[in-house]
Amino acid sequence: MNTRTRPNYWLSALAIVLFAVVFLIPFAFIVLTAAKSQTESALLQFSWPTEWAFVQNLRAVVEARDYLLIIAFINSTILTVASVAVVVVLAAMAAFVLQRRKGRWTSGLNLVVLSGLVIPPAVVPTIWVLQQTGLFKTMPGLILVEIAYAMAFCVLLFQAFIASVPRELDEAATIDGAGPVGLFFRVVFPLLRPIIVTIVVVQSVFVWNDFASPLYFLPGDENATVQLTLFNFQGQYTNAYNLLFMDILLVTVPPLIMFMIFQRQIVSGMVAGSVKG
Amino acid sequence: MTTFAPAATASRLDHQPGGGRPKARKSPYPYWFLIPGGLIFTIFFLVPSVMAFYFSLTRWTLFDQEFIGLDNYVQFFREPALASGLWHTIVYAAVTSGLKVVLGMALAVLLTGPILGRGFMRSVAFFPVLVSTIGVGLTFQVLMHPTKGVINQALDLIGITGPAWLVDPDWALLSVALVDVWQGVGLATVIYMAGILSIPGEYFEAAKVDGAGPWHRFRHVTLPLAKPAGVSVIILSLIGGMRKFDLIWAMTKGGPGFTSDVMASVVYKQYQAGFYGLSTAGNVVLFLLVIVIVLPLFWSFNRSEDTR
Repeated sequence: MNTRTRPNYWLSALAIVLFAVVFLIPFAFIVLTAAKSQTESALLQFSWPTEWAFVQNLRAVVEARDYLLIIAFINSTILTVASVAVVVVLAAMAAFVLQRRKGRWTSGLNLVVLSGLVIPPAVVPTIWVLQQTGLFKTMPGLILVEIAYAMAFCVLLFQAFIASVPRELDEAATIDGAGPVGLFFRVVFPLLRPIIVTIVVVQSVFVWNDFASPLYFLPGDENATVQLTLFNFQGQYTNAYNLLFMDILLVTVPPLIMFMIFQRQIVSGMVAGSVKG
Repeated sequence: MTTFAPAATASRLDHQPGGGRPKARKSPYPYWFLIPGGLIFTIFFLVPSVMAFYFSLTRWTLFDQEFIGLDNYVQFFREPALASGLWHTIVYAAVTSGLKVVLGMALAVLLTGPILGRGFMRSVAFFPVLVSTIGVGLTFQVLMHPTKGVINQALDLIGITGPAWLVDPDWALLSVALVDVWQGVGLATVIYMAGILSIPGEYFEAAKVDGAGPWHRFRHVTLPLAKPAGVSVIILSLIGGMRKFDLIWAMTKGGPGFTSDVMASVVYKQYQAGFYGLSTAGNVVLFLLVIVIVLPLFWSFNRSEDTR
């Protein structure tokens, strides 16, 4: 707001300490507990580990239940990459037409898109649909559901961005002989790069962290995803807090890396998405 | 390739006033672009949402169903364990939304003010938004341990005896709500920050010249002009709060007893127990609740936007 006023040093120091205590201590607690021995971790204290068992804990968690965690990481990666890749292309195509063709038809469709943001998904009927199509308890089924759930958010973000792409470009490309497919994929889609980066990052984090959808639509150990494994872990190792927190740490690392690389896109994307919705 | 020339002349003709538009000219924005995405959205989102209304009127095992009218709804509202979920959902959404609105605004004002290290603080406050909700839930379950937990140990140091948090029936729902606020306040803050930063600096200057103190500048400049951001935060956090499942399930599973059961956990429990019709009825109730609360907000906001 007012950059000319001198920064208030006392307030700054107080605020920084407060933020660190409130927001960083829980993460420090995760890291420290993940490095403790089992008996020490059971004390639940926020303290420096007397002996570091980080590597042993890491190995124990990874090897637990026949490398289930590795399988879960692979499954979650497949789920995230496939659903995000598909939704980006399909949502961009739909948003392009919805944004360029303004009419009674498309404004009705826009309302339907908006409903996708508000309506809580009907879970058991979705299982019914998956069962009718033979996709229940399969990875492709879950991928399709994730695509459907992400569609509304992505279409709205794309629409807002496409509005800033000049129509003259479409006309020029059409005059040069581009058909609709060429126009979209050769001319418009590459221009959407900034918003595509944002959507890919934000959606990847959403899908990676999604717990409810795999719980309902892809139950069973052979299809484990990271969030489900994490949740089941607490039931199986009630007192091995060091292993539980190592698991939490591992599951948290991919979003952390995403955040460090793409902080600006994530924040701007979430702000834009929420202001739209 | 042979259709090149006619298509080109057609679009050139378009620019002439009254130029004859050949009927067969294809739009560069074909409707079939909507089909692949729309099909997935329809089959896996819209169809289940619509079918939910029918299935909620049946006794249903996925393989066969028997129409029983409104019995599921009657059972839902008769059984205190189920009906209380509706009340808990409203309390949970109101508490989380209210705290996110107030705290998010306060943090945003702080972080847009004359202060050092705002980049650090913004990152630190925002990061929990991206962390696995299950991970956050399990972590706080440990931090909130009634006797050994870090939170109560810290409160002991300053002479306060903390509540039993998740184990105390009176505190369980509120405890989860507080963790929800901890995780989600960063998003509210950055939305507010975007709203505040888009206010032209001259307004603050002008208010200052007119002798308005910090409080008046906040009350009469920041607050009204950041209203769109505020409405986004309210709507977003209300919808999110009413639909919340993973955090509650990770922390309390609706317990102790049914004291922290919300609609989404009731739906899951009934599904697990095999009462698919009842579970779907819960879904429909949640849907209606969201509509009843969010639609008026949408309307009143749009109206005040129009009259401004």
